[in-house]
Amino acid sequence: MMVRTALARFKIQLGVTAILAALLALFITLSPQTFLAGRIYISFASTIPFATLLAVGLTFCIVAGELDLSFPSVMALSGLVFTWVFQATGSPWAGLSACLATGVAAGLINGLIVVGIGVPSIIATIGTQFLWRGAAIVLADGLARNIVEVRETAVHGLFVGRAWDVVPAHSLWCLGLCVVAWLLLNRHTFGDGLLFIGDDIRTARMMGVPVDRVRILLFAGMGGVSAFVSFLICLEMANWWPTQGEGYLLLVFASVFIGGTSVFGGRGTVYGTVVGSIIIGIIEAGIISAGLSGFWTRLIYGLIIVTAVSGYAVTLKTRRE
Amino acid sequence: MQQNIAAPHALELNGISKRFGPVVALEEVSFHLGANEILGLVGDNGAGKSSLVKVLSGVNRPDSGRFFIGGEAVDMRRYCVATARRLGVETVYQERALAEKQPLWRNVFVGRHKTNRLGLIDVDFEKRETEIILKEFLNLRGHGVSADAEVASLSGGERQGLAIGRAMYFDAGVCILDEPTTALSLGEVDKVLQFIRSIKNAGKSAVFISHNMRHIHETCDRFVVMDRGRITHDLLKKETSLEALSSILTGLANGEVSAS
Repeated sequence: MMVRTALARFKIQLGVTAILAALLALFITLSPQTFLAGRIYISFASTIPFATLLAVGLTFCIVAGELDLSFPSVMALSGLVFTWVFQATGSPWAGLSACLATGVAAGLINGLIVVGIGVPSIIATIGTQFLWRGAAIVLADGLARNIVEVRETAVHGLFVGRAWDVVPAHSLWCLGLCVVAWLLLNRHTFGDGLLFIGDDIRTARMMGVPVDRVRILLFAGMGGVSAFVSFLICLEMANWWPTQGEGYLLLVFASVFIGGTSVFGGRGTVYGTVVGSIIIGIIEAGIISAGLSGFWTRLIYGLIIVTAVSGYAVTLKTRRE
Repeated sequence: MQQNIAAPHALELNGISKRFGPVVALEEVSFHLGANEILGLVGDNGAGKSSLVKVLSGVNRPDSGRFFIGGEAVDMRRYCVATARRLGVETVYQERALAEKQPLWRNVFVGRHKTNRLGLIDVDFEKRETEIILKEFLNLRGHGVSADAEVASLSGGERQGLAIGRAMYFDAGVCILDEPTTALSLGEVDKVLQFIRSIKNAGKSAVFISHNMRHIHETCDRFVVMDRGRITHDLLKKETSLEALSSILTGLANGEVSAS
């Protein structure tokens, strides 16, 4: 009985872990020389954390029944501000502060449009994703910005260096932030507010959840997370470019939904999202090392996403009646 | 009725008005709820009962009027759900009182979690207390219902019971019950009426809103009738039969001019 209840409570987490295990088993069988060696995992630890952090931020939005389509554009704008302030002052810390402030401010504006004016978040952020991207392109004159000198700074080592010469530092930052995110969602009143707002916003309001404040904070936080990821990417690449972040939109959404978060709100796990982003992150390497051409990548993404979300729909009986 | 002079009214409203745009939801509503009194609030749909509940519970702010809880004047500009609860006014809504997909313990403590300085919730404590509520108010031992169960797994009566149990747990002096018996099976209705009697026995007060005159007449000490945003009748149970109460309601529904 105890075991059955535990299994039922964690079925999403178990399901997504099973998908990852099956995928890894398949890749190990197809190309043992690659997937039984450590190097590929070090490389994953350097590529995956960017999407993981974004996906965890987006999980919070979707749990609360909100969408944010503007995060790739917020990344571009706040990354640009980072390169400017860094190059103007020579201080990467000043750059980071300005970058985070830009992201939070952009997120705050999203939040005010959604909560204050009342535009549904999917529509509001379709608008602002053009706005922030457009602003970044205009301000940068459409040109990429090289910041190779950032590699000489201590901040570079602290955030994207290699710990013990092996482990990418940003994977450790990502891990730490995921623990904080788990605490926020499952153990903090902020996360409790998100869950109730996503479940039924009128219930949340009647039960005394400060609905407006929580939602505005949510969007501001998503802006902050986007800015931090953009900062990490600028450091890692020593470069900023006008289309930064664009490739992440659908992959990040896919990570969240493979992770079992409900699009109807009120339900979602940080663990599921992290595993979901790992699944998305290892597929391409798995396909290439199995000897298939890279053209297969999208097709396999599609197969896995459709299978996973169908499995959840059947398990959780989400068909609309 | 002999009023106990020492005990102030649990609630007192004085000239409360509320409009939504051109619609007058409440017009100069004045009434009181005595200490340890169960008051039935009745009226047709659109009479203003729900608007009144939302004012009492702190969800909506009235445009004018004065409001006292336990004899103390309430600052209406600061009155919200949290203030209402702090002053001992708990509302059990007809629906949406609980979030379906969330575990019971979150629903019991939502909006007032026991937290540490960082805002982190004491989950063990809240689950333990929820188990006590389940045992004492709901008698759900045999069902294998735990604090981790989702609200969706409870029946309609159990949900109302949990919502009332939650109010009792937080020691509400005044419980406002907004149509708690609607859409319940007969056996479950009896359970909810039993919950309401237990409020009286515990020495607390309640406002009970329902369309079912038999339930109202059975459980309440006094009846207040509303029509089109106004209070039209204020009747003592011992002077009013079930038939008399029903005929007043039928009369109002048929558009007869109200008595006052």
